[in-house]
Amino acid sequence: MSMLPATINFGHRAQALRPFGGRLSRLIGIRRMVVCAGLLVLALGFGLLTLASGDFPVPLGDVLRVLVGQAEPSVQMVVVEWRLPRVALALLLGAALGLSGAIFQSITRNPLGSPDIIGFEAGAYTGALLVMVAMGGGYLMVAGGALVGGLITAALVYGLAWRRGVQGFRLIIVGIGVSAMLTALNKFMLLRAQLEVAMSAAMWDAGSLNGLGLDRLLIAALLLLVLIPASLLLARPMAQLEMGDDAASALGISAERTRVLLMVLGVALIATVTATAGPIGFVALVAPQLARRLTRAAGVALLPSAAMGALLLVAADYLAQRAFAPTQLPVGVVTISLGGMYFAWLLVAEARRQ
Amino acid sequence: MSATIATSQQLARAAARQPGLVETNARRWFWLAVIALVLLATILASLMVGSRDLGIGTVLEALFAYDDSDEHVIVVALRLPRTILGLGVGLALGTAGALIQALTRNPLADPGLLGVNAGAYFAVVVGVGAFGLSGIGGYIWFAFAGAVVTTVLVYVVGSAGRAAATPVRLTLAGVAIGAVLSGISAGITLLDPGTFDRLRHWAAGSLVGQNHETILVTFPFIAAGLLLAFVVARPLNAVALGDDLARSVGVSVARTRLVVIVATTLLAGAATAAAGPIGFVGLMVPHLARWIAGTDQRWIFAYTAVLAPILLLAADIVGRLVLRPGELQVGIVTAFIGAPVLIALARRRRVSGL
Repeated sequence: MSMLPATINFGHRAQALRPFGGRLSRLIGIRRMVVCAGLLVLALGFGLLTLASGDFPVPLGDVLRVLVGQAEPSVQMVVVEWRLPRVALALLLGAALGLSGAIFQSITRNPLGSPDIIGFEAGAYTGALLVMVAMGGGYLMVAGGALVGGLITAALVYGLAWRRGVQGFRLIIVGIGVSAMLTALNKFMLLRAQLEVAMSAAMWDAGSLNGLGLDRLLIAALLLLVLIPASLLLARPMAQLEMGDDAASALGISAERTRVLLMVLGVALIATVTATAGPIGFVALVAPQLARRLTRAAGVALLPSAAMGALLLVAADYLAQRAFAPTQLPVGVVTISLGGMYFAWLLVAEARRQ
Repeated sequence: MSATIATSQQLARAAARQPGLVETNARRWFWLAVIALVLLATILASLMVGSRDLGIGTVLEALFAYDDSDEHVIVVALRLPRTILGLGVGLALGTAGALIQALTRNPLADPGLLGVNAGAYFAVVVGVGAFGLSGIGGYIWFAFAGAVVTTVLVYVVGSAGRAAATPVRLTLAGVAIGAVLSGISAGITLLDPGTFDRLRHWAAGSLVGQNHETILVTFPFIAAGLLLAFVVARPLNAVALGDDLARSVGVSVARTRLVVIVATTLLAGAATAAAGPIGFVGLMVPHLARWIAGTDQRWIFAYTAVLAPILLLAADIVGRLVLRPGELQVGIVTAFIGAPVLIALARRRRVSGL
């Protein structure tokens, strides 16, 4: 039996963890862990800031006291019932967006292959609208409609972009075309719908966390608490898939099955976000790329992307609420404006490198 | 004279030699006349169809023997300005698309996709929101400024780096910058209900609710843009052969580019100021014209000039029919028809170059 030498150069500093007497062995990148922890701390910090600020300011100390359950009932109500669901949703949905983006960017091996660019979000929105307009169902049915809409759109975009293999740029242009069609269809359905349905649907047209309460939070949290760990379990196979199908097969990964599983999870994540808060653009594109640059990793990674997504969405939501107070912007407007600029910069950077 | 030196006329003829469906000039004139008749029929249909359908006799009476009956008021006061506006806007958008496609040799170019319309719209929103402008005479200059700045910006971002500006990269830059500008426009209109109200029906691209002043203010600019387009058609034939060859036959490439950019700005800016951001007309029609008439720019412009208004008016008529008694904005209809064209173009083997 050969022992590992004391130090191996992995290209980055790493620490091996072997709990349970070596039955489980994991190599943890130091930088990666530090970045993830830092992002999470920042995200929670922005969360606390959002809990404290608003038309009824609450000192940070009181917020902390509320969270351990020792505050006046009025403050308790403001923080827990009005603001907490929103902050928790921003963190959860942001993490889901980051994960979904990382999954699709890894599968397409292209930073521009994220689900908001290639039209899955528009498709999920179409599915949700169809359910609302045709059946008037509750939140779960709407979420189901969003999932089905997203999956059908994914299949459609891939099918149309297929020409002896899927090439990155063709996929993106086809996605832009499909999402333009679906957006037109969505507007058509909004105009045709009954006024009440149209009003509630238009509320989340721009992607907004305004007025989302505890009931939404509970269902979204239940869904995401299944979906997020399930995706994180696939982090290793996903990284191996990036080496190419043959290499992945040699390492014992079933390439096609892993890819389909990843895609279904990725669409389910984005559909949950869309059904809850409407289409929120560009977080899924930006989060994995920023995380990759911070961790100095070779490819996109799931955990840092999720942490970055949570931070971005909670920060964008803080901006949307406070930047022009008392008017509240939909958070989607903020993410599109900032994310689009990053998108343009990314194009320039990609061109430089070639 | 040496046989190896070609005159600019010979070169232009060589460029024109790539045949379309129609091969001789006599037949091109014939089919142009046929399509012009179709345009006439579309104009009549646009005057006849609506929430109250009128017979062709009533329409003709209203035009040539006006009395003050309700039907005549509908035709002359409501549907005639709308139809004339559609005619001019269609002409402008189609020609702008043909110009950009010829200049950038980019089959995916379209003032909507390249973000020019979004830029014009953004500038108008700023003009109305920040400077309190009202009336088309005030904000048309903002539309022009927005169109120019966006055109240059998209070109700079799309052609950054050492790699040449590929069609796909330009399109992505346009989509990104268009998304940012639309996002900020949405934010401004949401923050300022007054601006929102004044621009509401205009934001989706609509021919409704405009008066004679709109036509009087915007049409001179559209006419100027068209004139420039026809002047520059012949040099563009030479530019299609490549910059070096164009120079060698005595065409100033830089001047041609400048004229094309000025003409595109006039056309796209005026069309957006008149009817809001309408996409995909400039993408589809020049391809159709090239398919019928071949690659000579002069014929492409001529066919575009009759085909584009047909498309826009037909889309407007469809918009009146599908939601009776309500209406669907024409921009939504053109997106729905036009996006499949974009997908088909992206699926072609050779996306680059015309």
